[in-house]
Amino acid sequence: MAGLTGRMSTVVKAKVSKLLDRAEDPAETLDYSYQKQVEQLQNVKKGIADVVTAKKRLQMQETTLQQSVVKLDTQARQAVSAGQEDLARQALERKNVAQTELQGLDTQVSELEAQQQKLTDSEQKLRAKIEAFRTKKEVIKAQYSAAEAQVKISEAATGVGEQMADVGLAMQRAVDKTENMKARADAVSELEAAGTFDDITALGSGEDDIDRQLKALSSTSAVDDDLAKMKAEIGAGAGDGGAAPAAGEIAAAPSEPAPAEAAPTPPVEGGQS
Amino acid sequence: MIVRISSEGQYRLADSDAAGVEELRGKALEIVDSGNEDGFADAFAALLDYVRTHGELLGDDELEGSDVILPPADFSFEEAGREFTGEGLIPD
Repeated sequence: MAGLTGRMSTVVKAKVSKLLDRAEDPAETLDYSYQKQVEQLQNVKKGIADVVTAKKRLQMQETTLQQSVVKLDTQARQAVSAGQEDLARQALERKNVAQTELQGLDTQVSELEAQQQKLTDSEQKLRAKIEAFRTKKEVIKAQYSAAEAQVKISEAATGVGEQMADVGLAMQRAVDKTENMKARADAVSELEAAGTFDDITALGSGEDDIDRQLKALSSTSAVDDDLAKMKAEIGAGAGDGGAAPAAGEIAAAPSEPAPAEAAPTPPVEGGQS
Repeated sequence: MIVRISSEGQYRLADSDAAGVEELRGKALEIVDSGNEDGFADAFAALLDYVRTHGELLGDDELEGSDVILPPADFSFEEAGREFTGEGLIPD
């Protein structure tokens, strides 16, 4: 299998020799090569800008999702307090989906960050090589006969050409990653457009298509855990026995400060689903 | 001999180090060929480390072609299994 090293070398060498075959006159080859190198440097800059744009888009989505998580959590608490378990469950299912998406986005943003850094480093290195080539080409033009110049050009162009191929590879990997992330970002946008993270109180009370899809998407056990925890916390505060407070998990009660040594109420049968 | 680690740089190694590079490269390739990811990360890291410790980093103003080109350090097993497509930045 040629993948690990062989093909990379082959591709680079093929491209460099293609470049050198372009012109007959060594001086012309030099100027042409240099001009192309400078053009490619611009492409690298454009590539970096694309990565930055993709990253910004994901970061904006992260902010939106974070806000949704906070909002849905608040709504779930309100629903539990009001004894509306179905509504609370709905809100938690949505929160669960939003959190899962957030984790995915987080990983991708860090990956893009790393790609961006790598591309920036490669760009600097390429810039240095092109500058070295510029200096060298003037020396070659001035000092060598046509035949000697051809050899020298070949060496110098190979050095720069390899660096370009290297940046090209890094760019390609970054673009591939960006494409994957675009797909993910689009999926999140679709969820948003479908009202997944909307204010649940603004929706009708009946279970709609979104809810059915959400149930399939979100982990039921995670939602159950969240709901039980919330009921325990809020139940402990309200003290109406509507939920079983879990010992040690009693949160600061908003309405009725419980004495520190208060024994937890024994769990009410069927109080927890 | 000159060895390039993609996205990192070129290293100048003594010709006598070629056998060492070849051996470690063979090990990594064997794992890729086996299709089983176990040990790939270690074998690949060992290869790159060998080049870094035995070689001397080339300056940015040195224009040299490489004898061996190795993939970048964050190269994944899946990527190793795939072949690179040739579209880079070298003008055709």
